[in-house]
Amino acid sequence: MASLVIAEHDNQSIKPSTLNTVTAAAACGGDVHVLVAGANAAEAAKAASQIAGVAKVLHAEGAQFEHGLAENMAAQVLAIASNYSHILFPATASGKNIAPRVAAKLDVAQISDITKVDAADTFERPIYAGNAIAIVQSADQIKVITVRTTAFDPAAATGGSAAVESASPVADSGKSSFVGQEIAQNDRPELTAAKIIVSGGRAMGSSEKFHEVLEPLADKLGAAIGASRAAVDAGYAPNDLQVGQTGKIVAPQLYIACGISGAIQHLAGMKDSKVIVAINKDPEAPIFSVADYGLEADLFTAVPELIKAL
Amino acid sequence: MKIIVPVKRVVDYNVKVRVKSDNTGVDIANVKMSMNPFDEIAVEEAVRLKEKGVATEVIAVSCGVQQCQETLRTAMAIGADRAILVQTDEELQPLAVAKILKALMDKEQPGLVILGKQAIDDDCNQTGQMLAALADLPQATFASKVEVADGRAKVTREVDGGLETISISLPAVITTDLRLNEPRYVTLPNIMKAKKKQLDIVKPEDLGVDVKPRLKTLKVTEPAKRGAGVKVPDVATLVQKLKTEAKVI
Repeated sequence: MASLVIAEHDNQSIKPSTLNTVTAAAACGGDVHVLVAGANAAEAAKAASQIAGVAKVLHAEGAQFEHGLAENMAAQVLAIASNYSHILFPATASGKNIAPRVAAKLDVAQISDITKVDAADTFERPIYAGNAIAIVQSADQIKVITVRTTAFDPAAATGGSAAVESASPVADSGKSSFVGQEIAQNDRPELTAAKIIVSGGRAMGSSEKFHEVLEPLADKLGAAIGASRAAVDAGYAPNDLQVGQTGKIVAPQLYIACGISGAIQHLAGMKDSKVIVAINKDPEAPIFSVADYGLEADLFTAVPELIKAL
Repeated sequence: MKIIVPVKRVVDYNVKVRVKSDNTGVDIANVKMSMNPFDEIAVEEAVRLKEKGVATEVIAVSCGVQQCQETLRTAMAIGADRAILVQTDEELQPLAVAKILKALMDKEQPGLVILGKQAIDDDCNQTGQMLAALADLPQATFASKVEVADGRAKVTREVDGGLETISISLPAVITTDLRLNEPRYVTLPNIMKAKKKQLDIVKPEDLGVDVKPRLKTLKVTEPAKRGAGVKVPDVATLVQKLKTEAKVI
């Protein structure tokens, strides 16, 4: 049977998290179909049809999908769910919001944040903030899954030529409505997709210092900026920059942790990075136990020096 | 209106757990247990809504072994009015907990159910959404601000790019994110008072819920260890190593 991937998109283009999810879906065996539910989302559906390995794109069109409200999105997925053996969402804020709703309506267990597909019914997922990996087997007819995007390579965004079919849209549930949003302005690469991440913790001291010290380094490296929970809670950085168990999970080529002690919850979000650099003046900081390169120094002198040396 | 707050007893967030040598699970014998941090935030929010006069009663609910009573007492010390323990020794998965909560909702008819967004042990992030689906109610997940007025809740949610505000009709299910509030300290007099509050114990069977696990855990393993790193003496060495050894810049 086929797998269904719920695309994440902005109605114009497909978000990168969808590409990683397509790879995970392909690993489950069978054809891969993609559902694009949105408002004026023809462009996004077209983009989805070009993803390598996708056999069919289902396009559900309607104003009720514009902001991805869980009630409407889940109903749309349920309308076509019976045709699939696997239904996969990226483990993003949106995927996590909708997937359990779909699973409960189907009366099946949902499998969160998988990092590996061992077999069509067996998956690996981290538990306890990534301190253990559970291998779980599902006996359910339909497997509803969220995919940890950093654990799967992205499928090529071009090269495919899937047919786009329109799916009949479900009606608006009327139970919820969108009021507004505040999206942080950001010219940098997206945190979860960045090759290099420069991250700051409580030791940054203030919001001004956070930007003043980290931004030039990020600019120099073409990096995204991240933050620990301590830095977010102290108001130094907006919360969508938080890396960790309850924030974003990242796995860049290079992760530079500046003034971050390395609590379990933070490590859970970044320890799969290829190379980790820690700059911290406390020689006992736990971050040094996972860092490939540790520099014991005051970040306010080390970071400017680093910028100069690059 | 009544508010139900489900709370979970989990391994304390500061404990670094170890995988058992026979790979059947993690070793939680003699490990410090506490209330899941997100659930503390949920209890705090419910109690604040009561203090504002929005809610009339706050009911804390926990599902699991007998020791979950301690977690419920903590919830009552924060300010919950009474508690219900759904006692079972079975391993409970989110779908089973959502079904239990649905059965309790049918009985208690709350206006709101406030849960934590995820438990820090299984890291599932499912129960609230599943409950909303089973009860056919709207959901507002990852809430960082909640305002209740005129039979609706206006909830600001933490989403990937920033914040999003939605409006949902009540009754509804809300799950809390870290920045919703700062849970209060539990004081000794309140701990003493909590001991006198009502705590009912029911069984899943009494509620007509089958709690059999749906996912089978075949094995629990240690994550791959990272190789030992090196400390570099200065910035120049660091840059040189990143360029020549790691080749990442």
